[in-house]
Formats: sequence, structure tokens, C-alpha cells
Amino acid sequence: MRRLTLRTVALGYLALILLGPLSVVFWRAFEKGFGPAWNAVTTPEALHAFQLTLVIAAIAVPANTIFGVLCALLIVRHPFPGKGLLNALVDLPLALSPVVVGFALFLLYGRTGWFGSWLSGHGIQVLFALPSMILATAFVSIPFVVREVVPVLREIGTDQEQAAETLGASQWQTFRRVTFPAIRWAVAYGVVLTTARSLGEYGAVSVVSGRLAGQTETATLYVSDRYENFDIVGAYAASVVLALMAIVVLLTMNLLRPKEGVH
Amino acid sequence: MSPFSGLTLGIVVTYLSLIVALPLAALVWQSTKSGDTGFWQSLTSPEAVAALKLTLLASLAVALVNAIAGTVIAWVLIRDEFPGKGVVNALIDLPFALPTIVAGLTMLALYGPRSPVGIDVAYTRTAIVLALLFVTLPFVVRTVQPVLQELDRELEEAAESLGASDWQTFSRVVFPNLLPGILSGVALAFAKAVGEFGSVVIITGNIPFKTEVSSVYIFGQIQSGNTSGAAAASVVLLAISFGVLLLIGAFRRWATRHHA
Amino acid sequence: MGIRVEGVTKRFGSFTALNDVSLDVQQGSLTALLGPSGSGKSTLLRVIAGLERPDAGRVTISGEDATSVAPRKRGVGFVFQHYAAFKHMTVRGNIAFGLKIRKRPRAEVRARVDELLALVQLQPFADRYPSQLSGGQRQRMALARALAVEPKVLLLDEPFGALDTRVRGELREWLHRLHDEVRVTTVFVTHDQEEAMALADQIAVLHDGRIEQVGSPRDLYDQPQTPFVMSFVGAAAQLGERWVRQHDLDLKLEPTAGALEARVERIARLGFEARVELQLAGSGTIWAQMTCAELNRLELERGATVWVMADRARVFAESS
Repeated sequence: MRRLTLRTVALGYLALILLGPLSVVFWRAFEKGFGPAWNAVTTPEALHAFQLTLVIAAIAVPANTIFGVLCALLIVRHPFPGKGLLNALVDLPLALSPVVVGFALFLLYGRTGWFGSWLSGHGIQVLFALPSMILATAFVSIPFVVREVVPVLREIGTDQEQAAETLGASQWQTFRRVTFPAIRWAVAYGVVLTTARSLGEYGAVSVVSGRLAGQTETATLYVSDRYENFDIVGAYAASVVLALMAIVVLLTMNLLRPKEGVH
Repeated sequence: MSPFSGLTLGIVVTYLSLIVALPLAALVWQSTKSGDTGFWQSLTSPEAVAALKLTLLASLAVALVNAIAGTVIAWVLIRDEFPGKGVVNALIDLPFALPTIVAGLTMLALYGPRSPVGIDVAYTRTAIVLALLFVTLPFVVRTVQPVLQELDRELEEAAESLGASDWQTFSRVVFPNLLPGILSGVALAFAKAVGEFGSVVIITGNIPFKTEVSSVYIFGQIQSGNTSGAAAASVVLLAISFGVLLLIGAFRRWATRHHA
Repeated sequence: MGIRVEGVTKRFGSFTALNDVSLDVQQGSLTALLGPSGSGKSTLLRVIAGLERPDAGRVTISGEDATSVAPRKRGVGFVFQHYAAFKHMTVRGNIAFGLKIRKRPRAEVRARVDELLALVQLQPFADRYPSQLSGGQRQRMALARALAVEPKVLLLDEPFGALDTRVRGELREWLHRLHDEVRVTTVFVTHDQEEAMALADQIAVLHDGRIEQVGSPRDLYDQPQTPFVMSFVGAAAQLGERWVRQHDLDLKLEPTAGALEARVERIARLGFEARVELQLAGSGTIWAQMTCAELNRLELERGATVWVMADRARVFAESS
């Protein structure tokens, strides 16, 4: 009896908080039929926005993955002074407002910023252009690979790596043949999380991009741009695409989620 | 340190500095530029204070709701069996996977004008809470689930064999072991809520002193060129984020204090 | 009184853990459930405790039918192999748990806990946490915790399995003395036949979900009723249709009627005892056990031919 009540409460809460919003996106997008929705997401601006989102992710995700694995190796295998600070900085993006992230980048690369003045003097534009958007996306999605790999590295211990060394393997060989196979599912899961965060980033890129339609709008910025221009169908149609991407990410997450037996 | 690890350290530190540390340093630097009084003035401007108050209250409320709801949901997902459980479990991650702006839009569609369920709370504080509940849903659930999973059933059997009722077993044996996990999740949820932007910026209307949260206030300050105002408020949020991280670290140490 | 198990069957999916098992445990006795992994002994213990519900059969505890009674109301004390210590409570807190659940007055609880701490000799550790205790100390705490509520029956599931040999031996002695003092009906599960023989008044040998034989250690050893019991409780070898204990094999230096010819393959001296490995003339190998004195008297060497007498072998009827 109690089990049933608990289940009802839990599922009821979830339906209220989760399902409602999700179904409404689809409803509003296709309210006027499939045609208008399709048109809305195939305008040049829309296509550019999706392309931009993917390009940014294609750069930020691999960079963060490599960083993540190296950082995890460092944290677990080679303690050094200042490790606490490193840990804090890596975890910070999880707890920090994206607007603050964007603003910090804005200050650094703005005309009067430490880098800004030098860069604009050399004709390199960071703010209101692709580079700052990549930096912003990388900032907010930095923690995920590290956090997934660290516990796994800790758990497997150094025995296998030491065995490989005694058998004559170099550091790179040991990494490639012993360490990496052991962490690859954790890395994969971390990559999925990083990608999800990159695709969905809004607040930070909102600040640094200048939101120039057709030029520096990501898919998420495009959605809010359509909404602000009273193009409801356009906004929801683009949202549907993003929601579908999110569902794919969701499924991948749950397939890869570390359970007993996955690795 | 071997040359390999020396190189690794170099790469890691450089990347982290470039991406995270330097921008934050620039932020802190900016907030000191306007001097003590300037900083303090920006910090205590009525609009900033109102936004911060609203942000903290809403985030706290949401964190508490999640503490209970998240634990109940985690319990049902780990201990209960029903058809479609796998789907429900997967859906918990939706707020993480879905872009916040899309979440905001859907909140508006569902709980705003032309709402299919007749609830119109757009431009109210209720909307803030609803949006925040959505985006913070996964946190407590996902920190409690592994703890529940790992919990040795024998502890509950021992308590039962000693005469404890279901509630006594939960409150005296299970709950103390779950608490650190719950608190970690609550801390993460709180931090996320405090900084949340995309999902609240549409449905709340961002009415200053009424429905404007700190992140939106900062955005407004940036757009109107008021750098010192934005910097002051940003530093506050940064400090809160750091504080939350320290708290989570403390919870983690507390959780392992009695482990053999 | 005591415990009576009648016709209990328990299945997990398609696996039958217990198949029509019946057992009588006398009030105040110390009984062992002995068997290899998968024999059903832990399942039987858990059925008695109420932690598993049988698919068929009945369990009676102290004269009352307990089959559908929840564990918390059966008055059983249960001790787990891996202690199941409440990590977040002190030793004192662990032991007091059952009493606090029953809302006993604080003074009474304190007195009883002190009494038990003295009984299990853990007074200096009263305010420590389980993570600060050794395995043996944790198990003593678990025992004190189970005894605190004065159970009608004490059940122990491989209580010494997680401990190293020396500690195991000490705790065994200690449990024996405890049982003499407290005299509560005790059932424990073990796969270690030496432990069962040393501790128990009565042993039930389980195999593949059935009880093969119940009896005193001496009965099981001297009068085994099945080949399984004979080879599990003590050691035994098979010669054709006959089963014989290695120390019941007589080696003769001269051909003897009724004896089997064999060649000495290897001699191992193990302190007081010796093992002689033999290759039988027909086929097959067997080893004989004797004291080193006997070995010396025979003056055996590798390659020597002997004749093996198995007078005290036994034959078993086909069991169902």
C-alpha cells in the first residue's frame, strides 16, 4: 500500500514537472501543421544557426575530452601542490551561472580587457565572433569528462599499469593498451554529457556572441531570437529539433551510464 | 615527476588557465577597479539586492522541494518495479539534456497565457519556482540513486530482525546513510538554481524588483554598459558558487568518515 | 519447544534451493547446518528467521507457528557473515538498537548494554565506531546486538567466514562458552565441517536443497548414511562399490586374502601424520593415512609393493 502511494507521488510529480513541458513543445510547433514548422527550421538563418552549434560542439567537445583525460590522470596518478585549487577550478563551471561566465570572457577579451586590446590591435576578433563562443562553450562543459574518469581511474588502481611497465611497455603504450581501455566507457559517458551541455548552452554565448542573426547565432540563440520576433512557430519548431537532439542524448546517456557490468 | 607527467601538467594548467582561470581573474580584477566604495555601491543598489534576495529565496525553496521529491523518486526508481521504469529513469536526465531556453519556452507554453491546463502564472514568482524545479530535477535523484543502490540490504534485514518497523528502519538506518548524498545533490541543485538564466528569462518577464533574478539582472547591466554593476553582482554569484563547492567537498568527507 | 521445520520448499525462479526439508532443533541446543555452497543451508536459516518466505511447509518457533510472521515479530536474533554493522552508530548504539526500537527506558537500556559489553568483552570499545574495530570485534558486537533483545532463537549465517584462521578459532571457543552461559537455542550455518564438529551438539548435513542426515558429530562420522555425508564429514575414498576412510586402510607387506595390490607412488610426512599415495594394480589411485610411527614400522619406500586391506569399508544402499 505504501509502495503504491510512494510510486504515485513520484510519478505524479514527474508528470507535472517533466512530461507536460515536453509534450507542449511538440504541440505548439506543429499547431499550424507540419509545413510551416518545416519552413521555419529550413530558413538560411536557421540552418546557419544549427550549423554553428554543431561546429562549436565539434571543437569544444574534443578539446575538453583530451583535457579531461589528461587532467584526470594528473589528479589521480600524480599529486602535486595546488591540486585542490585545480579541482575547484575544474568543478566550478558546474556551480557557476552561465551569464557570469559570459561576462568574465567579455571582460577578458573586450576592447579594454587584458587580451582584448592586444588581439584587436592584431585584427583578431574574439568577442562577437566564433572564438569567444567556443571559449564560452568549452568553459561551461569542462567538468564532465574529468569527473567521470577520475573515480574509475581511482578504482582500477595502478597494479595493471605497473604490470605493463615490468613487461617493458613505454608510458604511451601502457596508456593506449592498459589504461585507456579501462576508462573508455567513462570517457564515452563524459563525452555525451559534454556534448549535451555544449549543444544546449545559452546564457554564456548570449553574452559573448552579440547575437548577430545569420552570423553569430547558435541554435539556442536562434530560438530566443524567433520568440522575441513573435515568430512562435519558428521558435517552437527550432525547439523541437533541439528537443529531439536532447532525446537522442538522453538515450545515449542511459545506454552508457556506468552500472555494474558496463565496464 | 617523469617528463610525461610534467608535460601533462603543463598542458592541463595552460588549458585550464586559458579557459577558466584567466576569465575569472579578469572578473575579479574588474570588480576591484571601481574601488571599494564603487563596488559596494553597485553591490547594494536596490535592484541588485532585490534580485539577489529573490534568487536566494527561490533557490532555497527549490532545493528543499528537491530534497524530498528527489529522494522519493530515487527510492521508487531503485526499490520499486513497474512497467516503463526504464523510460522514467531515462527521462530524469531530460532537464540536463534539454537546452535551458527550450525549457523556458515550454514552461511558458504550459503555464502561461494560452495554457492547455488553464494555469497562467507567467510573469509571477511561481513561474520562477516551476522553471527552477524543472532544471534542478536530476540533481538529488542522481546523487541519491547510487547510494541507495550500494546500500547493503543486510543492514535493513538486521534492523528488521531486531524488531524495527519499516519507518524505524528507514529513519534510523537507511536515512543517515543517504543524508550525505541528499545534501550533495541539494547543494548542486541550489547552485544551479542560483545561476539559472535561460529557463527563467522568458517566462518571468524579468520585472525588476518583482520577478528579476540575479543572472538576468547581470545580463541587463551588461547590455546597458554598466560594467561595475555587472561585476559586483557577478562576484557575489561567483562567491556563492565557490562556497557551494566547498560545502559539497565537506559533505563528501563527512560521508566517508565512518568507512572502514 | 525449540524450532521445528516441516516440509519446507523454497524456489528462486527455476532454482529449487530447499526441497521438502524437515528438521527439529531442541530447545537450548547448538545446531549446525553444514553443507557446500548452494546446498540451501543459508536459505534454510533465512526461512527460519523469516527473511525468506517458503513456498511450502511450516516453521514453528517455541511452539508457535511462525510461518507467516514477519521477522521483527519472531523473536529471532540474526548474525550476518559480514556483520551488517550500523556504520553510523557507535558500538554502544549498535547494541542498544533493538532496545531503543522497543522504547525501553534509558536507564534500562544503558544497564543492559553495559552487561552485554562485558559479556562480549568490548567495554573499552563502547564509544568507538565499527570502522575502528577488527573483524572479530565487529562480529562480537553483532552478537551482542542480537542478544540484547533476548531472542528466543539465535541464528548465525557463516559467522566466522570473513575472519582469518586464528581469529576464527578463538571466536569458535568463545561462542561455545557463550552458549554454555546463555543457553539460547542456537543454529549456525557453516561449510567448514571441522567447525561444525567442534561446536555443535547436532549437525544437519544439507546437499542440493535436501537434508542428507541429522545427528551428533560422532554419529555422522562413525555412521554416515550416504556417500556424500561420509566424504563431506571427514574424508573418504571409493573402492568400487565400497567407501572407506583413509585412516581405515591397512597396508600389509605380504599378499593377503581380500587385499588389493598397490604400488607406493609418494610418501608425505606431515608432522604427526603421514600420507602414502598408492597406485592400485587394477587402476586408480588412493591415499592412505597413518601415523608416522606406523609408517616407520612398515619401512615403506617409493616403488614398494603393498597389499591394501579395507575391512572397515562400508556399502551404501541406493538412496532416493
